[in-house]
Amino acid sequence: MTSAVNAADLAPRTYAWEIRASGLKVRVGRKRMAVDGLDLSLGTGVHGLLGPNGAGKTTLIRTLATVLRPTEGSLELFGEPVRGSGELRALRRRIGYLPQEFGYYKRFTVREFVEYMAWLKEVPKADVPAAVQRAVERVGLADRADERMKALSGGMVRRVGIAQAIVNDPSVLLLDEPTVGLDPAQRLRFRELLQDVGQDTCVVVSTHLVEDVAAACTDVVLVTEGRLVFQGTPDDLAAAGGPEHVGDSPLERGYSALLQGTGQGKGSW
Amino acid sequence: MTVEHASERIIEGYARGGAGLPIDEMWAVEAHLEACRECRDRLSAAVRDSVPEVVALVETVWTDLEPQVAIAAVMPHRRRRTARLSKWLTPAMVPWLAMVVAVTLAALLLDLVDAGSRQASLVLLCAPVLPVLGVAASWSRGLDPAYELTASVPRAGLPLVLRRTASVLAAVVPALLVGGWATGVMVAQWLVPCLAFTVATLALGGAVGVTRAALWLAAVWAAVIVAPTVATSRTAAALETGGLPVWGLILALAIGVVIARRGAYSELGAHR
Repeated sequence: MTSAVNAADLAPRTYAWEIRASGLKVRVGRKRMAVDGLDLSLGTGVHGLLGPNGAGKTTLIRTLATVLRPTEGSLELFGEPVRGSGELRALRRRIGYLPQEFGYYKRFTVREFVEYMAWLKEVPKADVPAAVQRAVERVGLADRADERMKALSGGMVRRVGIAQAIVNDPSVLLLDEPTVGLDPAQRLRFRELLQDVGQDTCVVVSTHLVEDVAAACTDVVLVTEGRLVFQGTPDDLAAAGGPEHVGDSPLERGYSALLQGTGQGKGSW
Repeated sequence: MTVEHASERIIEGYARGGAGLPIDEMWAVEAHLEACRECRDRLSAAVRDSVPEVVALVETVWTDLEPQVAIAAVMPHRRRRTARLSKWLTPAMVPWLAMVVAVTLAALLLDLVDAGSRQASLVLLCAPVLPVLGVAASWSRGLDPAYELTASVPRAGLPLVLRRTASVLAAVVPALLVGGWATGVMVAQWLVPCLAFTVATLALGGAVGVTRAALWLAAVWAAVIVAPTVATSRTAAALETGGLPVWGLILALAIGVVIARRGAYSELGAHR
């Protein structure tokens, strides 16, 4: 048996923010700056990343997952600047990532797929079976663990996606639209899982469902046209809107109020 | 290495709930127990002999757990091979590799059927581009559904690229060896261009995406080597033994580029 507490667990953190970006710019394609001068500091907790379609949420999350390289500005993860491939390897071991288009191998069983991802994430070989079992149990798929992925429903596939993201016990968990395809009951369970993980992890959830943010997030980050518009608690977001703004809930009114100020949200769609 | 073990007194005290132990001894023995199997065994023996209430508690827990343990699914032992295989190639690559091997065999058949009427060997003509197709399949966005996940993991990067390339070569080279042996083409004559093309695909792929690089190189091959050979029906100069040093040079250059740009393979760009 390994020791329950090791030196790495007891070592003091040497950084103030898990994620820290200043003046971050990321170019997508030849011309478009999808992220355009973003300043952001995120610590432990659940951060809801909100914004209209095309606001640069996916690009931002990809950059945080280190698969896209920042064009300009600086990005620090765990207090270390992101650059070069040597350091990326150590950083990536502490990141969990669920892309928007979660691709998987249909012939793999749930367990095989999560095991494969654990191997890709360099989880120590001896810990893999336990880590896989824990991740699969956390997303409530323990009874389907040995079924092939092609036999699963869309919501279950999504949950496998979340399981592979948490299999390496990440310190930064990046989820791009994780609630798409989940039914209302699953969504409630998912919010509980988020709150649970968010106790000691920096979770970034991109979504355009304002109610997800209200229920599960400790912090809201509102982005439009690649820039940060607002960062604060869900209550602050609700307080930003008044009765004259569009929306069915205080949060939605706050959301449209803040977007109006930037010239967004009023357009054709 | 000699390890100091907890004394009988401390183990006994800990088994009784630690009431008689100073707090620092308590912490020390807990930390020691986590790491020391021998002392854990002594502790369990001490509990069994002298602390009936703990024994009773453990038994209650077991009676509650046993029905759950009985119905829990046991992890199946079969399919370990799949797990080991997936470290070398993605499931998406398997049909492509099968196709590549089939093409080799078809070329070999054609070679053998009308060996007399043609000067240029089809196997020799196909050899360099075949593995390129397999390498492209292992990094293609359209063929590998998990490409974005793969790009984001710590293991992504040059080692994984080389692993997949090696598995492509492991499938293709034996097929080509059989072909070369049957048609009497010298091994170096096709193996060196074959490796040069494969590594050049990776080198170019770091900049423009592996799939795109593979398509470009295959097109260049078709235009520069295959078309003239078919038109004049004699082996192009590049494939004669005299061309070997040039192919060797290309191979060395490409290896250099791959090593210099190894960081590029851990980003999304390499998957275009």
